[in-house]
Amino acid sequence: MPKNEVVVNPQKIERHVIGNSRLQELIKTIYKYRISYLYIAPFTLCFLAFIFIPIVMAFGLSFTYYNAIEPPRFIGWKNFQNLLSQDLIFLQHSLPNTFKFALFVGPGGYILSFLLAWLIAQLPNKARTWYALAFYTPSLTGTIAMGIVWLPLLAGDRIGYLNSFLMKFGFIDSPILWVQDKAYLMGSMIGVTLWSSMGIGFLAMLAGVLNVNQELYEAGRLDGIKSRLQEIWYITIPSMKPQMLFGAVMAIVGTLKSGEIGTTLSGSFPTPEYSAHVIISSIDDYSGVRYELGYASAISVFLLLIMFAANRFSIKLFGTKEDE
Amino acid sequence: MLLFRKASKLKAMDPFQKMLLVVMTAGAIFMLLPIFYIFNHALKPYHELFLYPPTIFVRQPTLQNLQELLNITKNSIVPISRYLFNSVVVSAATVVLVTIISALCAYPISKHQFPGHKLFFGTILLSLMFAPETVAIPRYLVAVNLGLNNQYFGHILPHLAAPVGVFLLKQFIDQIPKELFEAAKVDGANEHVLFARIVLPMVGPAIATVAIITFQGVWGDTQTSTLFMQDEAMKTFPFFLNTLTSNLANNVARQGAAAVAALILFLPNFLFFLFFQRKVIQTMAHSGIK
Repeated sequence: MPKNEVVVNPQKIERHVIGNSRLQELIKTIYKYRISYLYIAPFTLCFLAFIFIPIVMAFGLSFTYYNAIEPPRFIGWKNFQNLLSQDLIFLQHSLPNTFKFALFVGPGGYILSFLLAWLIAQLPNKARTWYALAFYTPSLTGTIAMGIVWLPLLAGDRIGYLNSFLMKFGFIDSPILWVQDKAYLMGSMIGVTLWSSMGIGFLAMLAGVLNVNQELYEAGRLDGIKSRLQEIWYITIPSMKPQMLFGAVMAIVGTLKSGEIGTTLSGSFPTPEYSAHVIISSIDDYSGVRYELGYASAISVFLLLIMFAANRFSIKLFGTKEDE
Repeated sequence: MLLFRKASKLKAMDPFQKMLLVVMTAGAIFMLLPIFYIFNHALKPYHELFLYPPTIFVRQPTLQNLQELLNITKNSIVPISRYLFNSVVVSAATVVLVTIISALCAYPISKHQFPGHKLFFGTILLSLMFAPETVAIPRYLVAVNLGLNNQYFGHILPHLAAPVGVFLLKQFIDQIPKELFEAAKVDGANEHVLFARIVLPMVGPAIATVAIITFQGVWGDTQTSTLFMQDEAMKTFPFFLNTLTSNLANNVARQGAAAVAALILFLPNFLFFLFFQRKVIQTMAHSGIK
């Protein structure tokens, strides 16, 4: 090969040109969509500041020992190791309790809110607002209602409404400590949460049911749909998949997030013999009581991973294929 | 005449609807109990407040609780009206801004194929799942660094990052047929027109839903007051209510004031929901195209 001849690799040039043009193309498309970016900018900025950056910081903190006074000290995976091998309260109570609670309340509340939304949609036009309001009330009143409806109802003495009712009809002989006994606290908690689970998901589903094109039902009837159940299964649910997905996401998040109910009901933290201790209670315990913020962050990262997995599952079920 | 019409309407319903109406009414009355209770509770004189088991309806209604509440702040520097004013300003600004910002953001994610839109939506989906309790400390650091302490923006901005609103609106905008946009484009509409004339009217119900959720969240929120406001005059009404009730578990004093405060806290939520939910259902009933 002659010395002063520049060796040119034709493939390389081609790749370079293609790469360059691809970049140009990308810039061109981005410029073409500049209005789209302008539209999402205000939200994105707030999102970055108050959700994204805090979450990243929380991830960072989960690898540290941090007590809010001294600067955080990096300790690697130790928080996670402790969490999954040594934290007996977490492994024996928080984790199983959360799963038990979520298993009943998640799907239960979800089905219930769809059912109620559908039922309300069947009612005459004018009555709808009032029924919607009635079933949404628990979310509106929040903890105020908890104290005044459920505590007297579930009170552990003879005066408690539930006890006196059950004793009057001979179901039980002595009053049951509905919220203090560890055998019943979880059950009470599930009941109360189901009662208050008609929240955002319920509103979205109600809007979704009302949103279904009425002509579809007529077409369905022509095609041989007979019962209301068939209507729900073949027309209502497929037409409101986005709202179903939203309801599912909100149900999962709401379920895994709600933990203080056990504390409100039983009036003690931690709950009697940790019978209603859930993952969120563990986080509160470590961040609010013990000031082990690094460890609390590690638990919340763990919780996030569980939520993520549960949501992937619901997206698989309800996500639309086109742009999931 | 009216009665006759109602009766004929009842006859027109099929058995399924009749049964449904009975069951739903029973359920609704049970669910509505707390509302009756809150109203009545605020009017109860002291000897009725402490009855056990609590009575729902008041026997001797009185306004002394309201007077007690107004008297509490008589001698302090910050009057109760200041807390209420703060709450009203913050809630109104937040609801308006959240609905606008969420709708603006949801539209391109749903209908524009801009580079990165899937990633962006994925991030929002992911952020729906984070428990905000755990990020309180990082959030505080961010707010301090942005200089939001003791500013109205310190109350408002954290609420603007509402992935729930964007997610909900995006799901609704997904249901608007593409053909509608194409037709409008052929007629010469640009993006702003499409947004204002097609997207906003079509997702009215969803916007009302977002407004309800947002109002509820911001009106009752104490976190921003606790974390970002050191100046007492910048704190909001729910925070004031908390200070009123926090040491009250076994205390008789001020229970009456707390009962009225609970009513004041609840009432706007109730009215806001009633007004917007009615709108939601009206829009549904009249929108033919969906």
